[in-house]
Amino acid sequence: MENTGLSLVTVVLFLPMIGFLILLFLREQTQLQTIKYVTLGTSLITFVASLLLWAALDINNPALQMVQRIDWLPQYGISFYVGVDGLSLLLVVLSTFITVIATLASFRTHALEERGRQKLYYLFMLLLEWAMIGVFVVQDMIIFFIFWEITLVPMYFMIGIWGSERRVYAAVKFFLYTMAGSLLMLLAILYVGTAAGTFALPEITAMIQNGTLSFPFDGLFSPQSFLFLGFFIAFAVKVPMWPLHSWLPDAHVQAPTAGSIILAGVLLKMGTYGMLRFCLPMFPEASVAWAPVVGVLAVIGIIYGAWVSYAQTDMKKLVAYSSVSHMGFIVLGIFALNAQGISGSILQMVNHGVSTGGLFLIVGMLYERRHTKEMAAFGGIWTALPVLGGLALLISLSSMGLPGLNGFVGEFTILMGTLGSQSLGFVFALFATTGVILAAVYMLYFYQRVFMGELDKEENRQIEKLHWSEYAALVPLVVAIILIGIQPFIFFQPMDASVGQLVTQMQPFVTSVVQLVP
Amino acid sequence: MENYPVLVPLIILIPSIGAFINLFWGARLSEKWVGSIGTIASGLAFLVAVLLFVYLSGSNYQSVVIDPPLLDGWIRLPSGGVEIPWQMRVDTLSVTMMLVVTGVGSLIHVYSMGYMHGDPQFHRFFAYLNMFLAFMLVLVTGNNLLMLFVGWEGVGLCSFLLIGFWYGKAKGVGWKNSNAARKAFIVNRIGDFGVLMAMFLTFWTFGTLDFYKPGEIANPGLASHAEVEGGQAEVAAAEAGDAEHAAASGEPVFTDNEHIVTSQLGIFSQAKRLIDEQRTVSFGSLTLPIGTVLTLITLFMLLGATGKSAQIPLFVWLPDAMAGPTPVSALIHAATMVTAGVYLMVRSNVFFHYAEFTSLVVTLIGASTAIVAGFIAIGQWDIKKVLAYSTVSQLGFMVAAVGVGAYGAAMFHLVTHAFFKALLFLGSGSVIHGMEHGHHHAAHAHNHGDEHHAEEEEFDPQDMRNMGGLRHRMPVTYWTYLIGTLALAGIFPFAGFWSKDEILADSWLAGIVDGNVSGYIAFGVLLLAAGFTAFYMWRQVSLVFLGQPRTEAARHAPESVPSMTIPLVVLAVLSVAAGFFNVPTGALGLENVFGAHRFTFWLEQSVEYAHAGTFQWVIALGALVVALGAMYLADGIYRRRGLDEQQRDPLYVGGGTRPLWRLSNARLYWDETYSRLFEQPFNRTAKFLGDTVDWAFLHDYVHDTVIYKGFNAIGDLLARPIDLGLIDGAVNGLGRLTQAISAGLRRVQSGYVRVYALSLLLGVVLVIIVLLLPLLGRG
Repeated sequence: MENTGLSLVTVVLFLPMIGFLILLFLREQTQLQTIKYVTLGTSLITFVASLLLWAALDINNPALQMVQRIDWLPQYGISFYVGVDGLSLLLVVLSTFITVIATLASFRTHALEERGRQKLYYLFMLLLEWAMIGVFVVQDMIIFFIFWEITLVPMYFMIGIWGSERRVYAAVKFFLYTMAGSLLMLLAILYVGTAAGTFALPEITAMIQNGTLSFPFDGLFSPQSFLFLGFFIAFAVKVPMWPLHSWLPDAHVQAPTAGSIILAGVLLKMGTYGMLRFCLPMFPEASVAWAPVVGVLAVIGIIYGAWVSYAQTDMKKLVAYSSVSHMGFIVLGIFALNAQGISGSILQMVNHGVSTGGLFLIVGMLYERRHTKEMAAFGGIWTALPVLGGLALLISLSSMGLPGLNGFVGEFTILMGTLGSQSLGFVFALFATTGVILAAVYMLYFYQRVFMGELDKEENRQIEKLHWSEYAALVPLVVAIILIGIQPFIFFQPMDASVGQLVTQMQPFVTSVVQLVP
Repeated sequence: MENYPVLVPLIILIPSIGAFINLFWGARLSEKWVGSIGTIASGLAFLVAVLLFVYLSGSNYQSVVIDPPLLDGWIRLPSGGVEIPWQMRVDTLSVTMMLVVTGVGSLIHVYSMGYMHGDPQFHRFFAYLNMFLAFMLVLVTGNNLLMLFVGWEGVGLCSFLLIGFWYGKAKGVGWKNSNAARKAFIVNRIGDFGVLMAMFLTFWTFGTLDFYKPGEIANPGLASHAEVEGGQAEVAAAEAGDAEHAAASGEPVFTDNEHIVTSQLGIFSQAKRLIDEQRTVSFGSLTLPIGTVLTLITLFMLLGATGKSAQIPLFVWLPDAMAGPTPVSALIHAATMVTAGVYLMVRSNVFFHYAEFTSLVVTLIGASTAIVAGFIAIGQWDIKKVLAYSTVSQLGFMVAAVGVGAYGAAMFHLVTHAFFKALLFLGSGSVIHGMEHGHHHAAHAHNHGDEHHAEEEEFDPQDMRNMGGLRHRMPVTYWTYLIGTLALAGIFPFAGFWSKDEILADSWLAGIVDGNVSGYIAFGVLLLAAGFTAFYMWRQVSLVFLGQPRTEAARHAPESVPSMTIPLVVLAVLSVAAGFFNVPTGALGLENVFGAHRFTFWLEQSVEYAHAGTFQWVIALGALVVALGAMYLADGIYRRRGLDEQQRDPLYVGGGTRPLWRLSNARLYWDETYSRLFEQPFNRTAKFLGDTVDWAFLHDYVHDTVIYKGFNAIGDLLARPIDLGLIDGAVNGLGRLTQAISAGLRRVQSGYVRVYALSLLLGVVLVIIVLLLPLLGRG
């Protein structure tokens, strides 16, 4: 299994760093265009490479593939250990895809020209891409933790330097919340790694499977539960789950457009991915036992996020709270602990990245033109910008889960999984499904206030048409939205074997623990 | 001819192409081109439907399942046993719907070329109309619940787009239109919630969402299927083999329900089997007997139907939907989309057949909607609002018919209603058009050279108080409208007479034969509602066409162009003829001319419990007397007496009926009640959650007081020893870098910043320590 040759995964992981190195040698004053295109080119090449990864994946094999492992610190059981499987592949592709979109979105961002230091900005962009891919492909818990922390740094500066008025406050808050959560995770990682004698996750899961390693479990408050919570809380902050979401609206409102797109598109998924990758396989009993609690929080998040979203007047805040609602669906699906729920969740991570990324993109375009995010400043934009109006409608519909578009497939499978789940069940599905109604309420209100009604404001009448780079950023999103909506099995296919294996591993615990915990 | 069914994907594809062309290139094409593309697309779809009809008639009604090319599956999760394909179904029920949708749709396309003439968004209108057809056809051709749902929400979207078609109109009208559009979408979403829940339950009960698997016979009890019974046996055998195979290979079983994953039968056949075997079904930790499950599923479906088919309690969106252009009201909000709920229930007739409690609820909802909406229609002044409430009321008839088990009668009424209600709406559009032109003409003549002033004057071309005497000015519209009215009122021999009579007779029989109390209730309530129908329709005809013109506009209203009047004539012919599709036995010997129960027989091939009713002389005569009596009453009040000088309704002026008329005119305060009960509390809660709970408490208080202050304390504790002692020198460089980059930090209060900067530093240090671990290890 261990492979010393260069794995495609390693290539994909380090491609952004090549662009990063090239950028270092360019001068901002004279070669700004080159800097932009090198970044775009690097992100495009990385995206294509990640598609090759998809093509190379054996979809019938549930195990980790294209593995590369280099011993780094053998006496501590730490190694550079990368690989992909069905759980992570789509997220790698999502990261590289969203980076392309975010780069395109940066080309027209006013704040960049205003505040300067554009080279630094694009350096951060590629650094961020590297770190995001790292989080999804690394299999060693220590290195995972390092990548997890590294993602914070570029995002911190992106918000802090190129954000809106209260950018520093938001950047620090973003950093602190995630940091605070991850400290618990670090403790848990150290504990597990010491107990197992290795930090390599596949080895640890294998030990748990064959019984050579187990963390004592006898209820909601037992050692395994504490380890579970150590990981879970770090991930829940990142997701963010209700009631730990209070950093999200600040970060989103203050971040530049590209920052919001990456934050919503990829960084939040690191949380849900972590639950799937770490919590479930390492702490199966605790996952089952805590599932109803997590489920309740997720359902509250779904309803609360949607309801609060409806009360907003700021477009970015509205979309930010809608993320709380959507991420609630994803967490719910994971803790349904069956194939429907988990597959739906993985797909929904992609869907949310695409749809919410698209919404932030559109809000950003409007902001660049009118320098306000207040919905009241708009109205009738559909008349002024018919193409943008049409695309915005499509993306809004995808976000509220219109069948035939991507969001629906994810929500549908998640909710179906929830209803048939032994850990959750009918009541959870009943309440969570009301989120579908609420999504229409806030999304249509947003759409109506901005795009419908009379075009009565002079500034809006003379609003600038779309630039090519803006089309170039929107169109791939729309293609993805329709493709996933009509042919989702293309996206379910690569994850199916891995999900099946995970569910089969969980099944005995589901049966035994559900009886144990009243 | 055997190959005709492979054409069925075209019926969706062609309108989609039409929509696509008009949406992207329509702005550059002339009206003629745009209109022709839209209409031809719709006409070709109708042609496909006719071919499918020919196929079914010539092949012993054998239904076919078609996998559309190119689309390779849909939601497929082998690990979860989910397999939901894109799959289309050609059977008598779906072809009936296809014929109605594309037939009426094509006529309305032709009509729209005249009606929408001159609109700057002409191409968008036709694109939406074609898109609507495509989605509606997805709805009726889908072979599984999920595909039905795609169409279901898709038509909802088109409805949203078309209600809000004039979203940009000045003076707040555009805002009102878009409000109506949004309301329609959201209210329908509440219904969709029900359909979703029904689907989840269906999946975990049967392991599939397919109505029938390929090769399966929908109605095995029919004699005409005797020769294909073998096929059924084969399917059963295949299933048995498959189950063995699954057991042998040790495939995982995903729930306690053994039949999941392995069954080769669709949901309806399985339902019958599970009922026979009295099985229980498990959903996670919940275990229920199959009867209860079916009741739950059907109740959730009913919720969906009350949304789409505008029944109590979710009917409130339909009257507002009249904000859309009139052809839209005719096509979507009268003839086709709003019948989707009825279609869903008829399609699922097997479920409803076994769910007695649900059937009772369905009957009560249908009957009460019929009477409530009929009552409200009496007090409306807007010509389209009357028709809107009338539609709600007629949909109530269909729903009630489903409730008493008269699935055939429900579908029959659906078809005839599609014809005469589309006719009436298009007629009203013609009237509105005429009134607008008449108003322009009159204003022009009176205010020569001062047109601006005339436009500012408030004039509502839809208010019936402004009309009167239009029969002379608009003869074609008048005569066709009259036919539509008689058909809707249920006068012999127009179409509505036959279909309404079948519903009444079936409810009566449900009471007498099956001892079903809801049958009596339905019969009594619906009979009264039929009286209301005749009354408000004759009131409308009297106010619009009879008597003398009450305004200059009415005096000058011209007849509409042929592209608008020809569809009226065609629909008028259908409104007469459609009734003879399904003449019952024993009705004046007419069955010898037209054949008895032809429609029911046709439908029975795919709707198992669509049974033929019998003709009851007493009921038919009674209903006729009620309708004629109501019309006579309305004639006396509205034609002979008419409105008074202040243009008030005689029922209002006439003392005793004033409170009732007021109640009707105010629509029973239904919207106001909803607003107070649901909308306002919802908005207030949103505000409270958003501003107080989330922002003031969670965001500001918890963050500033609990987290920040707590962190501050820890920070102070740690700051001294660590900062001064351990890493002072080592980190100075890093600290300077951080300071340099976050120059903006200083603008925030300094104490806050210090702690934050420190914690940031701590984070960086932590990362570096971890990075340096290898060195430490080696050393």
